Amino acid sequence: MSEKQPAVTQATLVKKAAPKSDYKPADVSPQRRVQRTFAVRLWSIRHSRLLEWFYSRFADAFLLLHPLWKGIGYGRVEAPVKFVEKRVKGFMFDCRMCGQCVLSSTGMSCPMNCPKQLRNGPCGGVRANGNCEVEPDMPCVWVKAWEGSRNMVHGDKILTVQKPVDQSLRETSAWLRVTAQAAAARETAQTPGASA
Amino acid sequence: MTALQRDENPAGIHLPLDPLPGHTSRGRLERVLRRGEFAVTTELNPPDSADPEDVYNRAKIFDGWVDAINAVDASGANCHMSSVGICALLTRMGYAPIMQIACRDKNRIAIQGDVLGGAAMGVANMLCLTGDGVQAGDQPGAKPVFDLDSMSLLETIRIMRDNGKFLSGRKLTTPPQVFLGCAVNPFAPPYDFRPIHLGKKIAAGAQFAQTQYCFDVPMFKAFMQKARDLGHTEKLFLLCGVGPLASAKTAKWIRSNVPGIHIPDAVIKRLEGAQDQKKEGKQLCIDIINEVKEIPGVAGIHVMAYRQEEYVAEIVDESGVLKGRQPWKREIRRDDQIVAQRLDHILHDEITETQVDMVKTAH
Repeated sequence: MSEKQPAVTQATLVKKAAPKSDYKPADVSPQRRVQRTFAVRLWSIRHSRLLEWFYSRFADAFLLLHPLWKGIGYGRVEAPVKFVEKRVKGFMFDCRMCGQCVLSSTGMSCPMNCPKQLRNGPCGGVRANGNCEVEPDMPCVWVKAWEGSRNMVHGDKILTVQKPVDQSLRETSAWLRVTAQAAAARETAQTPGASA
Repeated sequence: MTALQRDENPAGIHLPLDPLPGHTSRGRLERVLRRGEFAVTTELNPPDSADPEDVYNRAKIFDGWVDAINAVDASGANCHMSSVGICALLTRMGYAPIMQIACRDKNRIAIQGDVLGGAAMGVANMLCLTGDGVQAGDQPGAKPVFDLDSMSLLETIRIMRDNGKFLSGRKLTTPPQVFLGCAVNPFAPPYDFRPIHLGKKIAAGAQFAQTQYCFDVPMFKAFMQKARDLGHTEKLFLLCGVGPLASAKTAKWIRSNVPGIHIPDAVIKRLEGAQDQKKEGKQLCIDIINEVKEIPGVAGIHVMAYRQEEYVAEIVDESGVLKGRQPWKREIRRDDQIVAQRLDHILHDEITETQVDMVKTAH
């Protein structure tokens, strides 16, 4: 729980004591430096319902192509699919390629953009104007996620408790993983049905 | 000569209490809450030293006024003695610490290890926090870890306790018996999501919650109304966070510099208008306690008096929340007293006994 602090924080003292230099980098976290703007990301959240509809069609199409992926080999298609996925989702959502996409459970607001990478809801530090504690000029990812989820048909998926991120899956394709899992689930559902 | 206190192990104050049915921990705080008594917890200002006496002295001022003491985990991302270390010292002295675990500094391997270590030392309560960002503290160049978040941390400890397994599925030979807590901030956006978010934390394993500083009672009432409607207050003990403000200037500074603390204008006006602002800050805290203790579903208060710890006892006393009940107090035990009576003289008297004398007195 946060506490009251003396008038001059340690962080200020540390910053003041740093050696002077002509080069003053922008005063944002390193995470923000890799992205330029979040206008597109906010557009995606405003249109979360459309994207939800589109994604469900898209996921079905990917599942239809399961025999193709299997034929070529999931390992072999991974590189090109990941190439496309990284660029498309990077443009739309500022995707961080965690490899275990939860966008449809978080109102189309990528939780990996949160400086604390929270996947289960906002922290207690959200500013009164709805901006981030760490990045004062960035709208809180979770405030936006809550807004986005309210537009969605299955927006209540935001209530499920997400497992911690499996760091070993980073930089892999979430699309292929979801497709392979759905195909496996479909097969196990069909096999007992066929024998019965 | 002192009698045995209510929640105390007769074999030693540092030992866990007898397990009770329906209790997940063997600590004092869970017993107090489950008996339906109004609980009081507070926060220990962690020392920047390696001297155990600093911890004991800081805990001593709460003696007999609080049911549990939060051992903060580098709050505000500032370096202090670790919460595990503080808990180790406090449990030795019989106190009931609430071990705070922040996700900022440790990954899941270290956290699960600390949970076992803490539980082995007799820590019965653990509070799962996300933690402030590193930019807020004295080492802004540190690597923020945030491997788990407060929710998955709750779930991890719950799995360790109830299923006897690590997150990986590996078995524990003795699971930790802990009472799990979480933090909740009803005063930060998204306001309508906050009560639902609390429900998510209950689903993840939270059994008690401590809120952020409450200075806006109507806002807190609205939150509690929604929490009650969702049935949260039956599944979780909610402790309202309160604390004295030192002056109007500090209040303004906190409002603009500490994210997540909401202070309405009326509070600042009241402080500015007062002769003695420090006294008024304390009175304001007592007034807020008197209001929140009447709200249905509030199971206790969490008094955070950073650098004003000496006021905690007065605040608790003057607000009368304990209703005459005295929480566990560290006292000299009977056997210690007998030893002290018989042998105290050796500390003061200058006696040099020869062995011949000793033989004579022995006969």
